[in-house]
Amino acid sequence: MIELDKVAYSYGGADLLTGVSLTLNPGSFHFLTGPSGAGKTTFLRLAYGALMPKSGHVRLFLQDRMTMSPDDLADCRRRIGIVQQDCQFLDHLSVAENVALPLTVQGGLNAAAQENLRDLLAWVGLTERADARPPELSGGERQRAALARAVIMSPDVILADEPTGNVDFDMSQRLIRLLVELNRMGKTIMVATHDLTLIRTAKTHVQARVLRITNRQVQSAGADL
Amino acid sequence: MMMKPAIRAIFSRDSAADRVVPPSGFTARLVLFSAAAMSLLAVLALALALAAGRLAERWGSDLASASTLRISAPADQLGMQSDRALAILASTPGVDSARALSIQQQQALLEPWFGPDMPISSLPIPRLIEITETSDGYDAAGLRQRLAAEVPGAVLDDHQRWRKPLLAAAWGLWVLAAGIVLLVGGTTAAIVALATRASLAANAGVIAVLRNVGATDAYISHAFVRRYTVRVTTGASAGTLIAVAVLMVLPKGGDASVMTQLAPQGLQWVLLFMVPIAAGIVGFAATLWAAAQLLRGLS
Ligand SMILES: Nc1ncnc2c1ncn2[C@@H]1O[C@H](COP(=O)(O)OP(=O)(O)OP(=O)(O)O)[C@@H](O)[C@H]1O
Ligand SMILES: [Mg+2]
Repeated sequence: MIELDKVAYSYGGADLLTGVSLTLNPGSFHFLTGPSGAGKTTFLRLAYGALMPKSGHVRLFLQDRMTMSPDDLADCRRRIGIVQQDCQFLDHLSVAENVALPLTVQGGLNAAAQENLRDLLAWVGLTERADARPPELSGGERQRAALARAVIMSPDVILADEPTGNVDFDMSQRLIRLLVELNRMGKTIMVATHDLTLIRTAKTHVQARVLRITNRQVQSAGADL
Repeated sequence: MMMKPAIRAIFSRDSAADRVVPPSGFTARLVLFSAAAMSLLAVLALALALAAGRLAERWGSDLASASTLRISAPADQLGMQSDRALAILASTPGVDSARALSIQQQQALLEPWFGPDMPISSLPIPRLIEITETSDGYDAAGLRQRLAAEVPGAVLDDHQRWRKPLLAAAWGLWVLAAGIVLLVGGTTAAIVALATRASLAANAGVIAVLRNVGATDAYISHAFVRRYTVRVTTGASAGTLIAVAVLMVLPKGGDASVMTQLAPQGLQWVLLFMVPIAAGIVGFAATLWAAAQLLRGLS
């Protein structure tokens, strides 16, 4: 699905990541941990093609990011649901419209999709806030909306950056169960997080691999997790 | 950027796609106003060009037609002198034909002033000879010299002298007006391209979100292109209507000054209503170009 091959990246200064190789196989579940500033967000941005590697190759669905046209990339993005750490929305649209945006840009919503949207908003607890504008949402509500938007297309891959950073324990359990459920349906999932209980919860339900960024490398975390 | 889907995008009423672009009140009004003002100028300049064209055409056709030779002489010499003049004209290069007006024809010319019962034949009125030139024209100065020597009563009335500079002026006016139309069109394109660029640049965040959810660049640019094309066409239509109203209330005096003849004639009115269409096409092309440029820069 997504493959990083000896990837190095830097924002201009010293390398932030070097020689990073990782393959996200179909149906796999990965957690990505590491200290703040280690490069988790950077890794995910490389993985969905927003950043170009300084060296090495990133392949999305077998296509090299380097040789992709903008339209190829758009095609890939339709198969990847993204939850960004800073959850950007279109502030002039309602929460429901934002969640439905991946469908809208592909030609609109049919009746089945409308129902899907309602169910999804209910699952993430945003039914009441469906008509609000994103700037009116709390941090946790934004994350829930972002997760709903990422999964509404039922994409093959879901990449989530700290999707539970601002929500309470019960809600985070609820959100991880949504991701677990999607993984059971065969979706490929990667979640960057500091939240160890989240990882433990997921591991009681699915096979999940835990990775850690240390010394500019991505490695398997110890057995304590 | 593909042209055909972009054109289709304008005419499809995809309200959802329209809504993904945030409303931009100030830029929108600015573009609307600029398009209206530019079209107003374009319509007036176009009317001026058309009027200049008509003027040039009329003067040009007059010029190509006759000049006149007037022979005033005592009655007994009139016949001889006009025969002599006709002979000279027949041998003058550049004269296509020369023809003396008959008494009846001259009477017809004078009738409006003197009435039908005037005994013209008994009056010492001059004899008129109508000269038609070839396209090259004749040498008026040389002809005058020969006539002065052989036909003392002849006066050559040659319109060319004073019409040629007028004709040049009319064409100059036409070129000027056409130049203004082109400049106005170019300026409109520049304004729209700048507005589109500014609008896209101000919406870099929106573009990033749209790309993240899998929107193609074509989808994004079409949303902007549609909005700006509609805006430019609307503004241009308003500007054109105002300009046409101005042209219609212009005084239609009888004299041949350019100002009073500014209102177009017949089918030329239709040409004025092409201005909003042209503006729409210009706006469309400029937006498409600007959007493609900017999106390429943002990737
Ligand atoms: N656009 C940028 N330009 C320059 N430096 C950047 C940029 N984005 C991130 N960095 C730097 O790169 C490093 C890694 O950032 P990144 O966001 O990947 O960390 P992270 O592991 O996601 O951290 P956190 O857990 O706090 O989210 C940080 O030191 C950050 O300051
Ligand atoms: Mg981060």
